[in-house]
Amino acid sequence: MNKKWLATPYLFWAVAFIVIPLLMVVYYGMTDKTGAFTWENVIAITSPEHVKALMLSLLLSLISTIICLLLAYPLAMILVAKHASKTSFIVMLFILPMWMNFLLRTLAWQTLLEKNGVLNGILSFLHLPALNLINTPGAIILGMVYNFLPFMVLPIYNVLAKIDINVINAARDLGANGIQTFLKITLPLSFPGIASGITMVFVPALTTFVISTLLGGSKILLIGNVIEQEFTTASNWHLGSGLSLVLMIFVLLSMVISSFFDKDGEGAAL
Amino acid sequence: MKKLVALACITATSVAALSGCGSSESSNGEVIVYNWGEYIDPDVLEMFEEETGIKVVYDEYETNETMYPKVEAGAAQYDLVCPSDYMIDKMIEKGLVQELNFDNIPNAKQYIGEQYYEQSKEFDPENKYSIPYCWGTVGILYNQTMVSEPITSWDVLWDAQYENNILMQDSVRDAFMVALKRNGNSMNSTDDAELNAAKDALIEQKPLVQAYVVDQVRDKMIGNEAAIGVIYSGEAIYTQRENSDLVYVIPEEGTNVWIDSWVMLKDAPNKENAEKFLDFLCRPEIALKNFEYITYSTPNTGAQELIEDEDIKNSPIAFPDLSQYNNIETFQYLGEEFDEKLNELWKQVKSN
Repeated sequence: MNKKWLATPYLFWAVAFIVIPLLMVVYYGMTDKTGAFTWENVIAITSPEHVKALMLSLLLSLISTIICLLLAYPLAMILVAKHASKTSFIVMLFILPMWMNFLLRTLAWQTLLEKNGVLNGILSFLHLPALNLINTPGAIILGMVYNFLPFMVLPIYNVLAKIDINVINAARDLGANGIQTFLKITLPLSFPGIASGITMVFVPALTTFVISTLLGGSKILLIGNVIEQEFTTASNWHLGSGLSLVLMIFVLLSMVISSFFDKDGEGAAL
Repeated sequence: MKKLVALACITATSVAALSGCGSSESSNGEVIVYNWGEYIDPDVLEMFEEETGIKVVYDEYETNETMYPKVEAGAAQYDLVCPSDYMIDKMIEKGLVQELNFDNIPNAKQYIGEQYYEQSKEFDPENKYSIPYCWGTVGILYNQTMVSEPITSWDVLWDAQYENNILMQDSVRDAFMVALKRNGNSMNSTDDAELNAAKDALIEQKPLVQAYVVDQVRDKMIGNEAAIGVIYSGEAIYTQRENSDLVYVIPEEGTNVWIDSWVMLKDAPNKENAEKFLDFLCRPEIALKNFEYITYSTPNTGAQELIEDEDIKNSPIAFPDLSQYNNIETFQYLGEEFDEKLNELWKQVKSN
């Protein structure tokens, strides 16, 4: 591999926009306003309102990850079973909304779920009672699932598509029924995809603050909102960075678990 | 004041930048202005450049809090900034701004109404540093078809019959202002007991609140999403134009009168040009042009005279007679420790 020098621009990029900012976060997180070293910003996670926000974030992102997995796996299987032309059409349908800005798509959900929104409009047209959808934890989960579902579907689809059909045929030949084949062959072979999908949904869901602001009416405080506010309105970058460091531990944890299942990085290949 | 429409900001900036390039390559130098997003008629910048040959370098921010660190760090050298009252207070205290020479800005004394300088004394006690640019009140906007009786008091925001029909401001000091005023306290209170009482009131109110929003109050009220919202008076005029059922009131317990004023930074590189720019902005016809563009009340009495639409000219929303209220206040800067304390209390409200 004598073409390593081709990676130099990326190296510069990574240092300038990943490593240095990360070090700055560590610096801010570990110092107070006078610049003296302190653990206080990190320990601040133990204050009741921060713990509550963190727990709520973990819970909501866990629920949305599970929902994403339950929706994505069957879909990925259907995609693999279809002819190539149909598959690419359905994959296209999935990727198409991602061409549109994430904020706009979330704002669109606001319009759909609002009190006088599209959904309630249909309900009242059918003489059904209006539902209180917006500004609830459910709306936030919906927003997370909607926005992050493609990140679950694509890695699982990738892994499933790579499974040699002969392996499955062999299993059937040897007398395994459909369920057994799925549980003993397909599912274990797709673990790398599932693991990478879980990380790709869980991590952004855990750290989001936009979805909770737009669909939760700022009534539901997630840890992402706390951090965002420390930077924007409270102008306490030290506390914001300290809390980010704590959040990074959770992100790293989920990535470690994921890489344990996805040793070859198969699922990550999008 | 709080228009966070980033897209529009970008457009406005680029328009300003383009016009800057086109019209003046002359040697009259430049003036570097840092203002709120969507807070000036872009034509005004162009007119100034054409008239004086001074190039306007125009930059925008969304909140006082995002502007401050940039100015404090001195990373970007600006001449003029247009912060709000309490932020000016802070900038004076931190020595970031310089005294203005009003002799070089004659229009400022001639056309800006005396009452606005008077109100400014809460943050600029000797009127040495700032020239009022826009001002307004914070009040309740309600939909008269959705409430049982006319609203007069902040108390209505705690009325259980409006559960899920109330929009609160999602900004620390505005939210606490409402609660403090409702409890009969000063909105600049630093008393722990009063602040805690305000916090408890906000927690008590939370189940009734539909959402905490800033700019979206406008659209949600127009779309009949809520019956009652806390809003800036400048937005009220616009919302009423779109939805005639909406009524704006200043509650009887009093409210916040805010002022956004121009200040010159301590080491402004183009002092003379900055003075010319300020003088230009204080011209009645220019102030009128800006008022029509941004719809926030102008303190320029000359411009107020020139308004053709009688309804707006005499509008109690745009130009309320402040003397009839004895309990209106302007935010003061109460120190970093206070800011931290208030943010902490707000977090407790939000996480509850």
